[in-house]
Amino acid sequence: MSANQPIISVRKAYKFYGQLSALSDVSLDIFSGEKVVIIGPSGSGKSTLLRSINRLETIDMGNIIVDGVDINEPGVNINTIRQELGMVFQNFNLFPHKTVLENLTMAPITLRKISGAEATGMALELLQKVNISDKAAAYPSTLSGGQQQRVAIARALAMSPKIMLFDEPTSALDPEMIGEVLDVMVNLAREGMTMVCVTHEMGFAREVADRMIFMDKGEILEEGRPAHFFDNPRHPRLQKFLKQIL
Amino acid sequence: MSNSLRVRIEISDGASIPDPKDRRLITAWSISFAGAILALVLLCVFREDPFWLMLQFISDGVVVTFEITILAILVSIPLGLITGLGRLSGIRAFNLLASTYVEVIRGIPLLVQLFFLYYGLGKFFGLGGIPAAVIAMSFCYGAYMGEVFRAGISAVPKGQSEAARSLGFNKAQTLLMVIMPQAWRTILPPIGNEFIAMLKDTSLVSILAVADILRRGTEYAGRYFNYFETYTLIALVYLIITLLLSKGVSFMEARLNYYER
Ligand SMILES: Nc1ncnc2c1ncn2[C@@H]1O[C@H](COP(=O)(O)OP(=O)(O)OP(=O)(O)O)[C@@H](O)[C@H]1O
Ligand SMILES: [Mg+2]
Repeated sequence: MSANQPIISVRKAYKFYGQLSALSDVSLDIFSGEKVVIIGPSGSGKSTLLRSINRLETIDMGNIIVDGVDINEPGVNINTIRQELGMVFQNFNLFPHKTVLENLTMAPITLRKISGAEATGMALELLQKVNISDKAAAYPSTLSGGQQQRVAIARALAMSPKIMLFDEPTSALDPEMIGEVLDVMVNLAREGMTMVCVTHEMGFAREVADRMIFMDKGEILEEGRPAHFFDNPRHPRLQKFLKQIL
Repeated sequence: MSNSLRVRIEISDGASIPDPKDRRLITAWSISFAGAILALVLLCVFREDPFWLMLQFISDGVVVTFEITILAILVSIPLGLITGLGRLSGIRAFNLLASTYVEVIRGIPLLVQLFFLYYGLGKFFGLGGIPAAVIAMSFCYGAYMGEVFRAGISAVPKGQSEAARSLGFNKAQTLLMVIMPQAWRTILPPIGNEFIAMLKDTSLVSILAVADILRRGTEYAGRYFNYFETYTLIALVYLIITLLLSKGVSFMEARLNYYER
């Protein structure tokens, strides 16, 4: 694949819930190493877009191409594609019946077929990276929200994905824990990970984003560099939205 | 539908499962259990004839009762799992098949199902009493367990399967490694209740000339005309067995909760 081909390409995607269009003519190219931040009011389709990229939702029209594969083609093995797409959820969704370490090693051992020892070694390194090595043997219910979310990021990274999708990773957290999670995400961005983040943490967006996307009512209304986005927003609805959240 | 289901899980006709966290010495369970054991021991020691003799006489009935119950549970658990999955499935034919099965079975009394299998079909296929009993009880309880499995599986938050699928696990791996290990905690107590209810319901098969506890007791009483003593003993034996089983379920439940804070 040529270097200037997008790693994710959303082409004229539509998604309907009855009468409501959750996605409406959405087109978006994301290149390897890029950090894209998606913002928009509640119900604007941000989660739907993100979840369509790993086919947790299926679009009704259009195409989504991930790493050269149209993921909605019949016969596509979505499970192997998802292995390249790490996802972090608002509510962490750690596996409560597994220890922190097992949460990290389960998928690599089962799906990547690596040995338990190798998976454990890698998991411990990742836990160190997200600053939570001391909790390897703990069960998720004993961790704080911020700790759980850092473990969830490490769990996604344990599959060595090419792309990381974040759906409001800090909005379920107490304010004092947001920073520790954002730090992990900033570090990940510095290492060159391709990241698509739905977040309203504007400080993070300014620091990390290569590109900002504003969605409203299922459409992408504006796209641009953070500087432009925050200082010279063009679309009136983006201006209004920024006024509300800043 | 979902309301009546919720009630089914909390209230059951089986013996109540003791709360594993209840560390007190005097509970409804301990009173009943101590009382039943004491009564049994006293009766057997001080009135050896007929009670001790009777207990020996019905002991092979206890084996038969357990045999039927265990076989029926071994069949009804996978049947219940498949039924529960069918009831949750988006595949219409599978869903409809499971729902119809539950609807039909729940509408027919177990005793009628037993008669149908044993006297109705059994005469054509030469079905013995024990196989007929096991089949009837498995199908009957499989339908109830289908509802328990369905409720238990749908009680696992949706985010769990989304997290597993987003890591790349397929449907079967997600079910086996993520959903079921969590669903067991909700499923086990009502399954335990079903197990106990099933053990008690096996007494119905004594009508099919199967030599279970009740049938053996009835035989003994018919021989010596001591109905009062016999059915007192039978009641005690059932009570002790169900109380022991409910304690066992309670221990299992506690072990399954290991990851809760
Ligand atoms: N399963 C569903 N059934 C019906 N409507 C849905 C469903 N999922 C989402 N929607 C609707 O689609 C629209 C887009 O939802 P989406 O979750 O993508 O918004 P969002 O931008 O992520 O919002 P939020 O900031 O609140 O998370 C909303 O109007 C929502 O109500
Ligand atoms: Mg959302």
